[in-house]
Amino acid sequence: MPNRKSMLHYFLKRLLSLSLSLVAASIVIFLALEVVPGDPAAYMLGLNAQEDTLQALREELGLTGSIFQRYLSWAGGLLVGDFGVSYTYRTPVSEMIGDRLWVSLPLALYALTLSTLIAFPAGIWAASRRGSAADASVMGVTQLGVAIPNFWFAMLMVLVFAINLRWFSAGGFPGWDAGFFAGMKALTLPAIALALPQASILTRVMRSSLLDTLGEDFIRTARAKGLTKGQALWRHAVRNALIPVLTILGLQFSFLLAGAIIIENVFFLPGLGRLVFQSISARDLIVVESVVMLLVFAVIVVNFAVDMAYAWVDPRLRRRR
Amino acid sequence: MSVLFHSRTLLPGLFLSLVFVAAALISLVWVPYDTTVLNIANRMKLPSWEHWLGTDQFGRDILSMIMVGARTSIAVALVAVGIGMSVGVPLGLAAAARKGGWLDEVIMRANDLVFAFPSLLIAVMITAVFGASALNAIIAIGIFNIPVFARLTRGAALSLWNRDYILAARVAGKGPARISMEHILPNVANLLIVQGTIQFSLGILAEAGLSYVGLGAQPPTASWGRMLADSQTMISLAPHLALFPGLAILLTVLGLNLMGDGLRDLLDPKLRRARV
Amino acid sequence: MSLLDIQNLSLSIHGIPVLKDVSMRVAPGRILGVIGESGSGKSMSAFSVMQLLPNGTSCSGKISLAGQDVLALSEPDLCRIRGRDVGMVFQEPMTALNPLQTIGAQVAETILVHENVSKSEAMVRAAEALRRAELPQDKFPLSRYPHELSGGQRQRVVIAMAIALRPKLLIADEPTTALDVTTQAQILELLKKLVSEDNMGLMLISHDLAVVADLADDLVIMKNGEVVEAGPADMVFRTMQHPYSKALLAASSHVPDREGLVQEKPLLKVQNVVRDYVTHTHGWWGKTVHFRAVNTVSFEIKKGESLGLVGESGCGKSTLTRAILGLEEVQSGEILFDGQPVFTHNHANLAVRRRMQVVFQDPYGSFNPRWKVERLITEPFHLLDNPPKGAERDRAIAEALESVGLTAEDRHKYIHEFSGGQRQRIAIARALIIKPDLIILDEAVSALDVSVRAQVLDLLADLSDRLDLTYLFISHDLSVVRSITDRVLVMKSGEIVEEGPTGAVFDAPKHDYTKQLVAAAPVLPADISAA
Repeated sequence: MPNRKSMLHYFLKRLLSLSLSLVAASIVIFLALEVVPGDPAAYMLGLNAQEDTLQALREELGLTGSIFQRYLSWAGGLLVGDFGVSYTYRTPVSEMIGDRLWVSLPLALYALTLSTLIAFPAGIWAASRRGSAADASVMGVTQLGVAIPNFWFAMLMVLVFAINLRWFSAGGFPGWDAGFFAGMKALTLPAIALALPQASILTRVMRSSLLDTLGEDFIRTARAKGLTKGQALWRHAVRNALIPVLTILGLQFSFLLAGAIIIENVFFLPGLGRLVFQSISARDLIVVESVVMLLVFAVIVVNFAVDMAYAWVDPRLRRRR
Repeated sequence: MSVLFHSRTLLPGLFLSLVFVAAALISLVWVPYDTTVLNIANRMKLPSWEHWLGTDQFGRDILSMIMVGARTSIAVALVAVGIGMSVGVPLGLAAAARKGGWLDEVIMRANDLVFAFPSLLIAVMITAVFGASALNAIIAIGIFNIPVFARLTRGAALSLWNRDYILAARVAGKGPARISMEHILPNVANLLIVQGTIQFSLGILAEAGLSYVGLGAQPPTASWGRMLADSQTMISLAPHLALFPGLAILLTVLGLNLMGDGLRDLLDPKLRRARV
Repeated sequence: MSLLDIQNLSLSIHGIPVLKDVSMRVAPGRILGVIGESGSGKSMSAFSVMQLLPNGTSCSGKISLAGQDVLALSEPDLCRIRGRDVGMVFQEPMTALNPLQTIGAQVAETILVHENVSKSEAMVRAAEALRRAELPQDKFPLSRYPHELSGGQRQRVVIAMAIALRPKLLIADEPTTALDVTTQAQILELLKKLVSEDNMGLMLISHDLAVVADLADDLVIMKNGEVVEAGPADMVFRTMQHPYSKALLAASSHVPDREGLVQEKPLLKVQNVVRDYVTHTHGWWGKTVHFRAVNTVSFEIKKGESLGLVGESGCGKSTLTRAILGLEEVQSGEILFDGQPVFTHNHANLAVRRRMQVVFQDPYGSFNPRWKVERLITEPFHLLDNPPKGAERDRAIAEALESVGLTAEDRHKYIHEFSGGQRQRIAIARALIIKPDLIILDEAVSALDVSVRAQVLDLLADLSDRLDLTYLFISHDLSVVRSITDRVLVMKSGEIVEEGPTGAVFDAPKHDYTKQLVAAAPVLPADISAA
C-alpha cells in the first residue's frame, strides 16, 4: 500500500518539524523570561533583597548554574510535566495550571465548535446563492462580526442576558463539580463572545473559497456528467474548498486562546488568563513562563493537527513535500 | 475620481476611517473638554447638549476621551503596521528571490515560530519583564505583523518570479535585488496596501484588547480599551460608558475593513473573487 | 436523420451577441470538425448543446438532440441528458479532474448519477470504460489519483467519463491543444476508434485546421460568432468560398520568404553540455536525486543561420536555453559564443550576453504590466556599459518599434493596450533594441492564432534578412519549424537524437523518435495545401 507508507512518511516528517518548533519556541520563551530580566530572583524579590535571601530563592526555584544548564533542567522538567514551583504560592506550577486548564481548554473548544458549526453552513449557503439577498445579508452580518471587539460584545451580552433578562449569571464559574450542564452554562456567553468574530471570518473564508472552487474546470466536468448544481457543490466543491479553510481554522485556534484570556477577564472565569495576569502583578515569572509555554505548545500542536488534516483531505500532499 | 464610485464599499469605508483619523488629529490641538481634569460632581451624566456623549465616572467628557483614545489606537496600530511592513516585506522579497535556499528556509521557519506566538502572548511576556505601556502593545502587535507581511510578500513574489518578464529582466543582466525592487515590489504593492489596511484594523482591535486587560496604554493615557475596562463594573448603572468606546472601535474597524475591500476591488479586479 | 441539429442558433451573454444564426449537424458515426480562432464562438456552440452556459446567457433558435428540443428542456431533464446522451471532453486535462477523488470514483460517478446500480457494479463498469479509453487496469488501477497521471492519461480519464454510458454524441472541445504532438495523435486515434465502435457522433472543436482535416467527415468554419463555411470536409477544402476560410487555409500552410545567407563561421558552439538538477525526494532531509535534464549535447549555429530545436515538453529544451543565455551554470562541457564562454566566474559573461536576446512564448506574461512600452523595450540597455541617452535613446526606441511594424508613438502605451500578436512584436522589438547577433525564439509563435502567427513569421523572416540575424528557433510545432529554419535538431530526454537540414530530416527521418514525431504531426492533405 504505497499510500499508507507515504502517509506515515508525511506524519513522521511533520512530527519532526513539530518537535523542532517546540524546542525553538521553548528557547525563545526561556530567553525572554529568564535571561532578559537578568537575575529572575532579584527581579521577583525587588531591589532591596539581601544576597542570602536571593541565593536561597535561586536554589529553591532551580535558578543556579549556567544559562545552558538551567535551560536543560527547565526543558527536561517540561517533558515530564514538571513546570517548577510558583514563587508566590510556593506550590508546583503544574497543579495551578491543571486546575485552570479545565476552564480555558473547554472554553476554547466550545467556541471553536460553535464557530465551525455556524461558519460552515453559513458559508456554503451564501456561496451557493451568490448575489442573492441571502448572500448579501450573510456578508453584511459577518462584516459587522469581524469588526466587533469580542470583549465588548461580551459586556453587551452580560448587560442584556445576565443583568436585564437574568438568563445567565454575569460571571464566575461553579466548577465542574456542580455538574456538566452548570459548567457549560457558565461558559456559554463567553464561548459565544469568542466564537462570533471567528465565525464571521470563517464564514467569509468558506464562502470565497467555495466560490473559487465552483469556478474550477472540474466542476464543469462534473456538471457535464449530469450532476445537478447541488450535487456538484456537495460532492466536488466542498471538500476542495476546505483546504484554505483548514489553514484559517488552524490560525484561529491561536486567536481563540488569546481571546479566551481576555474574555475570561470579562466573566471572572478562573482560567489561565486570570492566572497569567495575577502572576504578572505578583512578578511570578515562573508561572508566566509556564502558561505562555503551554499556550504556545497548544498552538503548535493544533497546527500539526491541521497539517495532518490537509493530508487526509488532499492526496497530493501525501506524496509531495 | 469616478473610479472611487465603482466600489460600493470604498467611499463609506473611507468616510468612516477619515472621521476617526480626523478626530485623532483634532484632539492634538483641541478637545471639547480637558480629559486630565476630574470633576466628580459632574460624573456619569447621560448625553446632553454640553456633553454629547455624556461623562464618565470621574466626570470627564466621553467625546473628548474618545477623541484622545482614537489617537492612541491609531498611533499604535499604524506604527505596528509600519514595523510589520518594513521588516516583513524585505524578508518576503529575499525569501522569494532565493526560493528553496537556506535563506528562504531560515526566514520561513522563523515565520512559523513567530506565528505560534499570538500578539497577546508577546505582550504578556514583555509586560512581565518590563511592565505595561503603550510601547509594549506596539511591539507585540508589530512583531505579530512581521510574518503576516513576509508570507504574503513571499507568496505573491513567488508567482511573479515564474513570469517570463522576470526571465527577460535576467536576460537583460539584472540581479535578484534589482529585479525585486523594479519588477516584484511594484507588482505586489497593491496587495500590500490592501493587507496593510486589514492589519491596521486588526491592530486597532488588538490594541483595544491589550489595553482592556491592562497590557497596553496606562492611565492617564486615554485609550478605548481602558475606557471599556473602567466602565465594566458600572455597566448596569451607566451603560453609555461602555457603549460609546465600543462603538468607536467597531466603527473604526468596520470603516477600515470596508475601505480594504473597496481598495482591493479598485486596485486589482483579479482579486475580487478572492475577497474574504 | 441527424443526431444533433442546430438551427439558427443565436446566443448573447448579458446582451452582448456571441453567436449569430449558427447552424450545424452531426450524424451518428460521423465526425463534425468545428474550426475557428479564439473568440470565434466555437466553444460556445458546444456548450450550448449541453446548456452549460454562463449566467446571463440567452439563446434563440433550435437545438435538437436525438429528436428532443434542448432549449425547451427543464434543468432536471438537461441533467438526465448530460453524461448519458451527450459526453464532453475539455481542453485542459490538468484541471478537468477533481484532484481529491480517485479516477475510478470519478468515472463511476457518471454511471451512478444516471443508473440505479450498486457502487461495486459501477466500479466494474468504470474499469471497462477506462480500458476502452486505453488505460488498462493492471497499469492504471481505479485507485489512482489524477496527480499520479500525465496530461495525456488524464485526458483519457476524461474521455472514459464521457463515454462510460456510451452516449450518442461526444463533444470534444480542443481536446489535444494542451498535449504534446505524439500524445495528440494517440488521443485523436482513440476518439476515431470510439466513434466507429459505438456509432457515436463526434463534434470536434479545434483552432487547428490540420488536426481536424485528417479526421473530420464534415466541417464548419466559424468567425466572429458566425458560420462562414460548412459542408463535407473534402468539398469544403476544394470549394472554399469565404475569404476568411481561404486566409485561414493559406496561413496554416504559410511559408515565409527568407533568403538565409548562411556564413561558414560558427556563432554559437555547444560542446558536450551536461546539466544536472539535484532534487530532494522528501524535503531537505530526504534522499538527493540527480536528474539529468541535458545530456552531453553538442551543436553549432552558424552566423546567419536559422536553427530549429524540436522536442516535446520536458525534453530539456528550456534548460538548454537557460544554459545558452548564461542564466545557469552547466555541470560539464562548454558553451562558446563567438569563441567566448557564456558563463564565467559564477556569472553570465556580459560581453557575449549583450549579443544574445530571447523572445518567449506567452505574449501576456512576458511584460511587466506596470511599465510603458518605452521602458519595457529598453530594459536590455542594462547590458550596455554606456546605454544611449536622450535623442539617441529616442531614436533607438523608434527604430526598434518601427522595424517590427509598430509606430514610435506606441512607446507611451501600456502593454494591456495591445493584442497578442502586437505584444509578440513588442517582444521582438525588445530583443532587437541592442542589435544582437543571435535571437532565441522560445515557442515564440505557439500561443498565437494561425493568421497572426503567419504575420509574425513573415516579420521574423524579413528581419533576419535585413539585420543579418541568427535564430535558434525552439518549438514543438513541426510545421512552424519547417517553414522558417535551415537546419533542425531533434531533442528527446535531454539528448539530441537527430540533426540535419530541416527538409531532409522531416522528409526522411532516420531516428525512431523523429519518425514518430513526423508521423504524429497533423498535416493538411497534400492536394489541399498545394492548392
